[in-house]
Parts: sequence; C-alpha cells; structure tokens
Amino acid sequence: MTAPGAGGAVPLIEIRDVRHTYRTASGPLPVLDGLDITINQGEFCAVVGPSGCGKSTLTRLIAGLMFPDEGIVSLHGERVRGPRKTVGMAFQNPVLLEWRTILDNITLPLEIVAPRMSREARADRARELLALVGLEGFEQKKPSELSGGMRQRASLCRSIVHKPEVLIMDEPFGALDAFTREDLWQTMHDLRAKEPFTALLITHDLRESVYLADQVVVLSGRPARTQFVQDMPIKGPRPLDMLYTPETAQILSVLRHQIEIAQGRAAEDAA
Amino acid sequence: MNNAMGQTARNIITPIIAFLIVLALWEFWVRWNGWPTYKMAKPSDLWPAFMRHRALFLEYGWQTLWRTVAGLGLAVLFGVFLGMIMGLSRTMNAALYPLLVGFNAIPKATVVPIVALVFVGQHDFNTILVAFMISFFPIAVSVALGLSTLEPEYRDILRALGASPFTIFWKIALPKTLPEFFGALKVAVTLAFIGTNLVEIVTPHGRGLGHLFDSARINSDYPLMFAVLFALAILGIALYYVVVFLESIFAGWANRQGH
Repeated sequence: MTAPGAGGAVPLIEIRDVRHTYRTASGPLPVLDGLDITINQGEFCAVVGPSGCGKSTLTRLIAGLMFPDEGIVSLHGERVRGPRKTVGMAFQNPVLLEWRTILDNITLPLEIVAPRMSREARADRARELLALVGLEGFEQKKPSELSGGMRQRASLCRSIVHKPEVLIMDEPFGALDAFTREDLWQTMHDLRAKEPFTALLITHDLRESVYLADQVVVLSGRPARTQFVQDMPIKGPRPLDMLYTPETAQILSVLRHQIEIAQGRAAEDAA
Repeated sequence: MNNAMGQTARNIITPIIAFLIVLALWEFWVRWNGWPTYKMAKPSDLWPAFMRHRALFLEYGWQTLWRTVAGLGLAVLFGVFLGMIMGLSRTMNAALYPLLVGFNAIPKATVVPIVALVFVGQHDFNTILVAFMISFFPIAVSVALGLSTLEPEYRDILRALGASPFTIFWKIALPKTLPEFFGALKVAVTLAFIGTNLVEIVTPHGRGLGHLFDSARINSDYPLMFAVLFALAILGIALYYVVVFLESIFAGWANRQGH
C-alpha cells in the first residue's frame, strides 16, 4: 500500500469491506460481500466480473444513489452520504433526451450544477467537448439522427460536461460493434488527456479493461468480493498496438483465469 | 420541393375526393331506392335544412363546443394529476387503479340522470361534468403508464447530480410522457364530445346541437337530424385536428422523420 501523498498517489475513492443485501419478494439476495477497492486521484479503474455479480450496485453506491448495509464508501476520505454534483454517469443505454438537440442534451447537467452559468457559456463548453469527440456539426441534430456510436460519444460528453471529479461508466461500450468500440476507446484516452477525471469503468470486455485502465479489479461471482487486482504496467494514454504485445497477452491470460475462478469453472485450480 | 407539394396535395385533396365520393354514393343510394325524406335524408336535403336553421346551428354549435372543451380541460388537469400520483407511487397505483377501472366501466348514459337529479337545472355544469367524467380515464392511465415505465437511467443521470424530484419530473419525466399524453388526448377529445351530446340529447330543456337533434327528431324533421349529425362530425373533426396540431408542436420529436 502506498501512503497517502507518497508518489503523488492520493486515494480519491475508497471502498472498505462493503456488504449489501437486497430484500426481494423471494427472500434476501446478497450482492456484495467484502468489497475493497481504492482508486487514486486521476486513476482509471476497470471492474470486471461475472454477469449479475453486483457491478451496477457498485456504481450506485459510489454515485450516492444508495448506501451499503455494511462497510464504508468514501470520497476524499469523507463518507458518501448522498448524490454530489462532482459525479458524472454514463450507461450502456446513452439515455439521450429525444426532444432535445445534441447540444442541449450535453448542457443538461450544467442546468442542474451551474444554474447561473450563461446559455452561451454552456453552449461553448458543450461545443468544446463535441469537437473533442469528433461530433462537430452535429450540435443541432436530434439523437434519433445519430448512429449508436455517435450517441454514445454524445452521452460521454454529457457525463463530463460539468468537469466531474469522478466519472462512473456502466458498460458504456457494451452495445457497440467491435470497430466502433475501438474508436471509442481511443476517444476515451483523448478525453482523459484533456479533461482530468478519476474513472470507474464497469465492463465485460477484458481487452477493453486492459486497454483503458490503470488498474483492473476482478470481482467474484455473486455475492461479490474483491477477488483479484491487476496493476497495469502502462498508465495513462497508450496506443492500440499495446493490446498485441506479449506482456498484454500475459495479463489477459491471468485475468481470464481469474474470471473463470469467479464463475466457479476453475474452482479446483484455485484450491 | 415538388415532392413536398405533391405530398401536401395528396394530404388535402385525397380526403376531399373520398368525402365527395361518399356523399355521391349516399345521394345515389337514397334516390335509387326512392326513399322519402321521412325515411332517409339525402345529402342534397341537408344544406336547405342547415340554411333554414343556421342561426340555431351557430348558437347551439358554440354551446356544444365550449362545454366540450371545458370538460376536456378539466379532464386534462385531473387526469394528469391522477396519472402523476399513480405513476410516481406504486401504493397509490395499487389503491386507485381498480377504482378507476370500475368507474370507467359504468355506462355514462346511466350517470346522466343521476347528475341531472343531483344538480337540478345546472345544465352547463352537468354537461361539462359528464364530458369530464367520460374523458379523464385514458389521460390518467396513459400518464401513469408513461411515468412508471421511465427507465431508471433517465432518472439517475439527474438524480446523481442531486437534482430534486420536481426538476427530474419537469425536465425528463413530463416531456418523455408527452407522446403518450397526446395519444390519450386524441381518444379523450372524442369521448368528451360524446359526453356533451349525451347530456344534450337525454336531458330536457337543453341547449347545444344535441338538443337541436332531439327537437328535430320530435318534429320528424329528418333532413335537420342528418344536418345536425353532419355538423357534429365537422366539429368532432375540427377538435381532433386541433389536438393533432398541438401534438405536432409539443411532441413532434416523437414522430421520427425518415433519414
């Protein structure tokens, strides 16, 4: 463990021994059982794990939309007690508002976070981001006029338009085709280079996790606990070729093995 | 441009031609059977009947119109309010839905004499009340459905920023429900119109086109009866297209243009 401040690594998000159980009609359903994650300021953390292991619950805990039964979720060493204006969220469904133009969709969070900001200043900020993700000229289009990949780009712009400290993404690229997805990975690195934020990415795609993240956390099957943490040797922006190096192949194979353990398919190997 | 003009022509001229064909068939059918006017009126009898009573048509037509619109206005206010309560609270939904369905199942013709007894002589009020009672149901149901089926992510993008429930309702839930609302309003406008005429026809010393119809019936003035039906159809079409026009302004985005 690095001490706070040492080497510039300041923990921003800390999740300590978090446990949570949903009370459903068919009885209690434990989803989290001993979750430990530390994400430093400016770090990109990817979380992978079997389907239905409670990854989306994790995003809602960090966003302050719900609270764990046990354990602590804290930001800047302060316990999360509710939603904060310094969080941005993006989902697999881009959830753009069909009745607004792309520009007005992106300025939506500013209407909540910075109600005094002038219309013009909001529009300028949105245009700046649209240019960054390659959507210049689409400001006045309606979401229905854009392709899936373009909508997801717009959704990313909206999630960071208010310069959040923390960007929470729940499988944002999950519904896109492979080529569009790789384009968006590149866009993600571009955004990170220009807009400093700390990111948590939920994903099912191991290649995506090793390409984008500085740290990959593998969760066990439900109820989820932190099963394995992989620190990436390369931090920050990197070329797509990086995916095809022997080092990456080695990391991918380790992660794949961990996922198999999480799914219970390699239980004997683990024992 | 040419294409757009062709489309406009098709949207306006085609229905007019269809309408004229129906009138011609109707005229032909009555003449071919040699029916007298006390059995079945033909289109050519309607215009003289209308001209003879045109002052009454205008006066009664206005009464029918404003009472329908007033009843519908109440239905919109109450229906949206009820829909909001039911759409945002599952408990209220469970409590109110069976009541609402039961109330809607009662034939409104049976309600008219009750209303007439409770509020004796309040003819305008009774008419508006029945128009309201018959038309708020689809509005309440559609608003409730629209609100309760809002995907949680839509709520979360604003909730995660600490937006108030009212802000989320105003900026997301309400506009997102508008297409369903207007769909229901198209049904409700016709229902309100039926409600108004029901009261005008059933209750005595009435006003409105329904009353004109009833007095024509008593006098066996068949051309006048059909002329009233014709006027009602025109009023109904006008009201319906006012709603369609409002829909294109407020919820036009739901109507995806091909691209």
